[in-house]
Amino acid sequence: MPINYYITLALCLFAIGVVGVLTRRNAIIVFMCIELMLNSVNLLLVAFSKMHHIAKGAAATAGSDGQLFVFFIMVVAAAEVSVGLAIIVMMYRNVHSININFLNRLKH
Amino acid sequence: MNNVLDIVYWIPLLPLLGCIINGLGRKSLSKGAVGFIGSGVILASFVLSLWVFFQVRGGNVHTAEYFPFINVGNLKIPFAFQIDQLSAIWLLIITGIGFLIHVYSTSYMHDERPEHFGRYFAYLNLFVFSMLLLVMGANFVIMFIGWEGVGLCSYLLIGFWFKKKEYSKAANKAFIMNRVGDLAFLIALFMLINKLGTTTFSEIFTKASLEKLSGKEIGAITLLLFVGATGKSAQIPLYTWLPDAMAGPTPVSALIHAATMVTAGIYMIARANLLFSMAPATLNIIAIIGIATALLAATIALKQNDIKKVLAYSTVSQLGYMFLALGSGAYVAAVFHVMTHAFFKALLFLGSGSVIHAMGGEQDMRKMGGLSKYMKITNLTFLLGCLAIAGIPGFSGFFSKDEILAGAFAKSPVLYALGLLGALLTAFYMFRLYATTFKGSFRGTHEQEHHLHESPAAITIPLVILAILSVVGGYVGVPEFMAHGAHTLSDFLHPIFKDSYALLPAHEADHSTEWGLAGLSSVLIIVTVIIAWIRFSKKPDLEPASGFGKVLENKWYVDELYNAVIVKPLNNLGLFLGNVVDKRIVDGAVNGVGRLVRYGSRQLRWLQSGQTGSYILMMVLGMVLIFIVQFFLRK
Repeated sequence: MPINYYITLALCLFAIGVVGVLTRRNAIIVFMCIELMLNSVNLLLVAFSKMHHIAKGAAATAGSDGQLFVFFIMVVAAAEVSVGLAIIVMMYRNVHSININFLNRLKH
Repeated sequence: MNNVLDIVYWIPLLPLLGCIINGLGRKSLSKGAVGFIGSGVILASFVLSLWVFFQVRGGNVHTAEYFPFINVGNLKIPFAFQIDQLSAIWLLIITGIGFLIHVYSTSYMHDERPEHFGRYFAYLNLFVFSMLLLVMGANFVIMFIGWEGVGLCSYLLIGFWFKKKEYSKAANKAFIMNRVGDLAFLIALFMLINKLGTTTFSEIFTKASLEKLSGKEIGAITLLLFVGATGKSAQIPLYTWLPDAMAGPTPVSALIHAATMVTAGIYMIARANLLFSMAPATLNIIAIIGIATALLAATIALKQNDIKKVLAYSTVSQLGYMFLALGSGAYVAAVFHVMTHAFFKALLFLGSGSVIHAMGGEQDMRKMGGLSKYMKITNLTFLLGCLAIAGIPGFSGFFSKDEILAGAFAKSPVLYALGLLGALLTAFYMFRLYATTFKGSFRGTHEQEHHLHESPAAITIPLVILAILSVVGGYVGVPEFMAHGAHTLSDFLHPIFKDSYALLPAHEADHSTEWGLAGLSSVLIIVTVIIAWIRFSKKPDLEPASGFGKVLENKWYVDELYNAVIVKPLNNLGLFLGNVVDKRIVDGAVNGVGRLVRYGSRQLRWLQSGQTGSYILMMVLGMVLIFIVQFFLRK
C-alpha cells in the first residue's frame, strides 16, 4: 500500500482533532480530540517506520525507533489524560460544569 | 604678640557675637539688654578700629591669614584680613557711624514688640559684621562674602516690616538688582582667578602681575567690576532700588546710605585702583556714568515730596559724585567724599527720622512745615547737615566736593561744568527740603501739632555728634592751594594710591585756577541756597506738579521703563514657560507616557481573555504561520 494513503488518513484525523479542539466546549470532548491528534501522529510514525524497515532492511534496528516513539507518546498521553481527568473532576465538583469557556475566572 | 594688629579679628567678631546673642535671645532679653549689647559690641569694635587706625597711621600695614578657606588645585584662597590705611578709614566710618545709628535705634525702634526689637538689632549687627568683612578681607573672595552679606542684610532690613506687601517688594527689588551687579563682579573674579591664579589683593595689585594681563582683559575685568559696583552703589542703570529701600526703618536707611553697603562699590574700586588706572577707557565710562547718575538723581530729588525720598535721591546723586572722582583718577577725593558724606547723610537721615518720629510716622513734606519752633536740636543739626551737603564754604561737604570738582576739571572742563550744575541742584533741593519742613507754618492736623515734641536724648545726642563731624570733618582734607601740606587725608592714604598716581597723567591746575573754581562754585551755591530759601520758606510748593515737574516727580519714568522693558517681558516669559512649556510640554510628556502605557495595557488585556478556545486558536494560527514560513521561505 503506498505511503500516501497513510499520510492522507493521518492528516484527516489530525484536522478532525484540531477542529474538535477549537470548536467544542466540553472539556472531555476536547480531550478526546487531543487524543485523536496524538493518534494521527502515532499512525504516521508507525507507517514511516514500516517504510523505513522495508527500505533499509539490512540494518538490525531499522524502523524500530519510530515505534518506540509511539510507545512513549502513548505512555505520556495516558499520564496526561489521568492528570487532566482528575482536574476536570475537581472542576466539576466545584462549579458543576465542564465548559472550558467558563474557566476564565483567573483574569479577575 | 608679634604685632598688635594680630587681634583685629575681634573687630568683625564682636558684631557677629552681638548678632548671635540678640538673635537667639530676642524673646528672653529685655529691650534694654538688647540695645545695650547691640550698641556695645559696635562701640567695642569702634574702639579697636581707632586703635588700629593709629597703628596703620604709623605705617604698620598688616595682613593676617587665619585658616585656608578654599584649596583647589593651584588655587589657594586663605581666610585672611588686610588692614591698611584704606580699610582703616572704612573701619572708622562703619563702626563709628554704625554705633551712633545703633544708639539712635534704641530709641527710634522702642515701640516695636520685644522680639522684633531683638530681631532688628541682630540684623543691624549682622549688617555691620558683613560690611567689616567686606573692607577687611585680604582677597576678593572674602570681600565677596561681605559683599553678599550686606546684600542679604539690606534685604532683611528693608523688608523689616514684612507684613506690608510693598515693603517686601522693595526688599526683593534691592536684593534682585544687587544680584545683577554681583553676577558681573563674580565673572570679573573668575577672570582674575583664570588669568592670575590668585584673588589676594597684595598679589594682584603689583605691576609685575598686572602686566601679565592684556589691555583688553584689564578693560573687561574693570568694566565687570564696575558693573558690580553700580549694583551695590546705586549707579545708572541699577540705582532704582535705593529710593525704594526707604521702606525700611529710618536708621536702616541711614546705615545703608551713609556708612555701609552703598559705599562698598567705592571701596572696591579704590581698593583695585591700580587695576582701574591701567584701564583709561573704563575710567572714562565710570566718570560719565557717575556724572550722569549725579545729575539724573539730583533732578529727580527736586520734585520729590517724601522727605526720605529726597534724601535717597540725594544719596544716589552724591554716589555719582564719588564715581566721578574715581573716574577722574582723584581717588583720594572719592574716599574723602565717602567720609564727609557718611557724616552729613547719616545726620540728615537721622534728622529726618527724628522729624518722622515727631510727626507720628508722617513722611510727606507737604504736611509738615514750621517744625523749627518745636524741635530746636533737630532743626539746628539738620540745617548744619544741609549746609554741609550743599557745599557751603567751611563745612565738610565743601572740601570734598571741591576736590572732586577740581579732579573733574583736570580731566575735562565739561565734567566740571556738569558737576557744578549738580552741586547747584543739590543745594537747591536740600534747601527746598529744609525750608518746606522746618520753616513756614505747620500744615499737618491739629492732633499732630499737639503731639510735636523734640526727640529723646538717644536720638538727639547722635544728631549733635554727627552735626559736629559734618561741620569740622572737612578739615582733614584742606586743599593744597589753601594751605600747604594741610591735606592730612591725602598724606595718610598716599601709600594706597601712589602706584596709581605714578601711572596716571598728572593734571596739576595752578593755584589761581583752583581758587577761581572754588570761588565760582561757592558763590553760585550760596546764591542758589538763598534763592531756594526765599522761594520755599514762606510758600512751599503744594500744588501738584505739572509739565516737566510731573516727569521729575515720576522719576523720569525710569521705573516704568524698566517695568515695560525688563520686568513685564520676563514675567510674560515666566508665565509662558509656566503655562505652556511646563504644563503642556513637560507635564504633557510625563502624563503622556503614563497614558500611553495605560492605553496599551487596556488593549493588550483583550488578548488575555482566559478563553481556552482563543488561546488554542492562536496556537494553531501560529503553527500554520510557522509552516507557511518554513514552506515558502526556506527555499
